[in-house]
Amino acid sequence: MDFELKYKPFSEHSILIEWPAEIALNILEDVLIFKAHIENSNIKSILQINNAYNSILVIYKYTIDKIYDEIPTLKGLYFSRTSKAKRITRRWKVPVCYDEEFGLDLDEISKEKKHSISDIISLHSKADYTVFFIGFLPGFLYLGGLDERLYVPRKKSPRLEVRKGAVAIGGQQTGIYPNASPGGWHIIGNSPLEFFDLNKDRPCFANSGDKIQFFPIDRSEYQTILTQIETGAYQLESEVVDD
Amino acid sequence: MIELLKAGLLDTIQDSGRMGFQEFGIPFSGAMDNYSYTLANSILGNPSDAAVIESTIVGPKLKFHADTSICITGAQMQPAINGNPVRNNIEISVKVNDVLSFGKREYGCRTYIAVAGGFQTKMVMNSRSMYKGITDDVRLKKGDVLPIVGRNYVDSKMFSSIKIDTTHFYKHSIEVTIGPEYEKLDTHLKELLVNQEFTISMNSNRMAYQFNETLHNSLDGIITSLVLPGTVQLTPSGQLMVLMRDCQVTGGYPRILQLTEASIHVLSQKFLGDMIRFKCIN
Repeated sequence: MDFELKYKPFSEHSILIEWPAEIALNILEDVLIFKAHIENSNIKSILQINNAYNSILVIYKYTIDKIYDEIPTLKGLYFSRTSKAKRITRRWKVPVCYDEEFGLDLDEISKEKKHSISDIISLHSKADYTVFFIGFLPGFLYLGGLDERLYVPRKKSPRLEVRKGAVAIGGQQTGIYPNASPGGWHIIGNSPLEFFDLNKDRPCFANSGDKIQFFPIDRSEYQTILTQIETGAYQLESEVVDD
Repeated sequence: MIELLKAGLLDTIQDSGRMGFQEFGIPFSGAMDNYSYTLANSILGNPSDAAVIESTIVGPKLKFHADTSICITGAQMQPAINGNPVRNNIEISVKVNDVLSFGKREYGCRTYIAVAGGFQTKMVMNSRSMYKGITDDVRLKKGDVLPIVGRNYVDSKMFSSIKIDTTHFYKHSIEVTIGPEYEKLDTHLKELLVNQEFTISMNSNRMAYQFNETLHNSLDGIITSLVLPGTVQLTPSGQLMVLMRDCQVTGGYPRILQLTEASIHVLSQKFLGDMIRFKCIN
């Protein structure tokens, strides 16, 4: 299916391509296919292409005098794209400890949403989440797919410091803080994994389009995994998504 | 090497930025006033992406532990070597034990101190630009020792200063093109944007510049989308936020204007209380 896209010069060296204003899996899929197709076409003047929910930003290496002139090429590419261009996506198994030591807001959500804490944990860890893109902080995954029974508005006043690895819910989204930072989402657990590792060529293991599945661990498993990560012995589990 | 005897208000190592890592949520970073940054490196014959010190409002005090050449560009902050005034925009030879200091700010907001061959601090993801969570240090502090490559001493008399266009520091006009959500603004707001003067507020830094004046905003937020340095966002409270080099890579506020590259450089030299006016060049 072809969407009606809007092409807008955004700066002297970039073009924004927009899909309809929706957060939807079929839009993300088309965004990623088109993005991969532009990348595969090896246009020398393009520096990088980034995506969000329903948009792509094509950044050129240099300032372009007539940025409008680049649009027909991109439009042509949209109609020659095929789903073969899509990169292989993976489903990552992410351990989360929902112990009260980490799940600072579990009680509050439980009272507000009238679900027991164990129901919240089970709703949160049974869903299949999709990584839409990485933004806000280096390594912060924007995840879609939260069960609507867990939708909670952001906190009225943000915490000055949220712990590294905190798993949180904000509005209709869930996410993990890759490093300590201020944050306004409700914290329900903590993952011992490194979501942003500067020592790797690709600092984030997950990419836009990948799936994330959380599985609950207890405090002793959390400690074990933490130690394994420090010594490099931890094997992060993942599988190729077949669709 | 160069030793920091005393830090200024905010001294950071900057280069041409961290391009190509935005898909991981990493900001572009890099010298705020890319015009002055490029000028300093070209005067020294450095690679165009060589790392420099960017100093904000108050300059640092530096001691040289090797002979080399330096060049100071950007804001005029009365630089001196061993107490003797030196000029901006010219190659300056320095000897072992020379001390570079700064005085009162005359104009501009950010000074660039380039050294022959560029500062050789640790490179992280193709860039030495300091940023929290990416580089070990986020700003230079007293006692820091910065590695350089060194250059043999040359008599400074043979150097001549480059005459620069000082309107770069004094012009009020900030050139913009329309942003992706511009057309959603009503006519009255579109007119206000270009007819009103805006005063740089104290909440202005390497992430964003803000103004004292607010506008009435009736626009809803957008689905989180991509932003760039130079993107002008309109917040729910009617604040204009001009994103700068250290901005996040995505944002959810309407993007109503986009600064030209040259105007990002000009705005970077603006200081608390300075007035600007947007000029649409579409």
